[in-house]
Amino acid sequence: MIRHQILCVLFFMFIIGGPLPTFAASYNFIDISNPFLRKTPVAVPLFQADDDDPTAKKAALETKERISAFLEFSGYFTLSDPDAFLEDPSTMAISGSGIHFRNWTAIGSELLITGNVVVLGETAEYELRLFDTIKQKLLVGKRYRSTTDSYRQVARRFSGEVVFAVTGSRGFFDSRIAFVSNGSGSKELYLCDFDGGNISRFTHHNSISLFPAWSSDGRWIAYTTYADTHPRIRIQHIREKRFALIDKPGLQAVPAWVPGRFELAASLSFSGDQEIYLLTGNGKIIKRLTNTVGIDVEPTWSPDGKRFAFVSKRSGNPQIYVYDIDSGRVQRLTFEGRYNTQPSWSPKGDRVAFSSMENGVLDIFTIDPDGGEPVQLTQKQGSNEAPTWAPDGSLIAFSSTREGKSRIYMMTAYGTDQRRLLSMSGEQTNPKWSPNVLN
Amino acid sequence: MMKRKWIVLVMLFVVPAMLFTVSCAKKQVSTEPSVDEIAVAEEAARQAELEKQKELERQQQLEEERLAAERAVQLQAEAVEREKMMAMNRFLNESVYFDFDEATLDDMAQELLRQKAMWLQDNPDAGAIIEGHCDERGTNAYNLALGERRAESVKTFLMDLGVSDARMTTISYGEEKPVDMGQYEESWAKNRRAAFVLE
Repeated sequence: MIRHQILCVLFFMFIIGGPLPTFAASYNFIDISNPFLRKTPVAVPLFQADDDDPTAKKAALETKERISAFLEFSGYFTLSDPDAFLEDPSTMAISGSGIHFRNWTAIGSELLITGNVVVLGETAEYELRLFDTIKQKLLVGKRYRSTTDSYRQVARRFSGEVVFAVTGSRGFFDSRIAFVSNGSGSKELYLCDFDGGNISRFTHHNSISLFPAWSSDGRWIAYTTYADTHPRIRIQHIREKRFALIDKPGLQAVPAWVPGRFELAASLSFSGDQEIYLLTGNGKIIKRLTNTVGIDVEPTWSPDGKRFAFVSKRSGNPQIYVYDIDSGRVQRLTFEGRYNTQPSWSPKGDRVAFSSMENGVLDIFTIDPDGGEPVQLTQKQGSNEAPTWAPDGSLIAFSSTREGKSRIYMMTAYGTDQRRLLSMSGEQTNPKWSPNVLN
Repeated sequence: MMKRKWIVLVMLFVVPAMLFTVSCAKKQVSTEPSVDEIAVAEEAARQAELEKQKELERQQQLEEERLAAERAVQLQAEAVEREKMMAMNRFLNESVYFDFDEATLDDMAQELLRQKAMWLQDNPDAGAIIEGHCDERGTNAYNLALGERRAESVKTFLMDLGVSDARMTTISYGEEKPVDMGQYEESWAKNRRAAFVLE
């Protein structure tokens, strides 16, 4: 396992030929208002490999399958139907002037990904390219050297390059999702990859554990647990058996890490009233942030760490407010409805997602953090709640009871492409998306 | 010679023995009581026996009275104990209920809390954990905060009635521990509660 990780870190990457591809801005494929309404058709023919080398053939197939799945998952792309291909993937030219771009534009593909895999003993060399078929131009060329079975990492890496070349965003292919599941009989935290793969159990408290929050470096998860009878925040290392607690009585609820810093905010009630405090990553209080009688809970930070949104009952029912660190000023953000909670500030900074309850049913909305009209993303397909953003702000994960039991779903930031992320026993709630962290 | 010695010896023992026997018989005859004496003695013995029985009965009655008294005390103690148990069960089983998204105490809640305060005053050694709960509607982080407010408002009310702060702790379970799994207002109303547990 450790050896495996080291190998992953030791990826060799080269730019193949030509100048560095110019960035997304110059390729006007994406509709700025909603890039997901007009998906870019991309052709991913089977990558080439030596017919007599089954290891290479397998790596070529697996890598191609994963890149296709990841690109489709991102919401930006639609895959061209392989049955419509005019070119034979096994014999076509995969680089240079040999590519017949017209054969790809003819079937509607605006992007083409080609690749080949060569195996040399323990290592495999993956050569992957992204072409703009309309401008007949190479956008990305990469060569990865790694183990023969690390196609998942290779696919993740190259998919990230493709999304970056087309959208200018770093994507989310190096991110994971933490969530709560009660399948074991008690509410425990679980982790999975961004696409629902590699599910692993994170806590074994046989208690109630809730509200996971990832540190900016992805190495720590802070969460609330009843493992010690009272609801306390535990700051737990992702791999090592190291953890920190907050040495204060009373309720300790819903931690939120400050972006880029080893600090977090959380509501504590030891003073007799719930207030949001700023704490070190080791659980020591730095200072008190809010100062109003009543419920103050669920902080979520702006990406620059200068503001945070939170839920307060100061107006009589739960509404979302924004606190400005420098001025200490608090402004109310939501005015529609009588029950707005679960704010989640987009890592892009431009929207705050939240859930709003009407007639006992929750739906997800987004709103400009400076105020404005909320936009509704889910439409009463069961109860939809607990929105959390992908690190590039393109997708939102949430929990929904649309199929009966509560499960984790995905949608784009505009509410399109709603689909279930994973299937497992019990009910899943409280998803939280990690930052992009290489692993 | 030897034979004579033996005869002398035998005589020495036998003759006094015979003499003694004769004298004994004579004495017996002389101590025999008259008929009157016998009647008096028997009467006395009968009286004594009667006395003894009376005394025994008296003692038995006393014992019974004592037992009855003891039983009465025990019954009373049991009744008191039962009453105490019932009071404790009422203290533990009767929850304070809240409206949706509210942590304020209505008249019914306040009346119930006055009874709870009395129980706490009658049981100065008892420490109480006040649990705040919510119904499943709403979101779980907010409900965790709301459950805390509910438990705290109960604690504050009891403190105002003179119950020491040190005897009460609060804990919020939010929506995590419903008593009724139903999805109707009736079930939700049961779940929006502050419950009492002994420390």
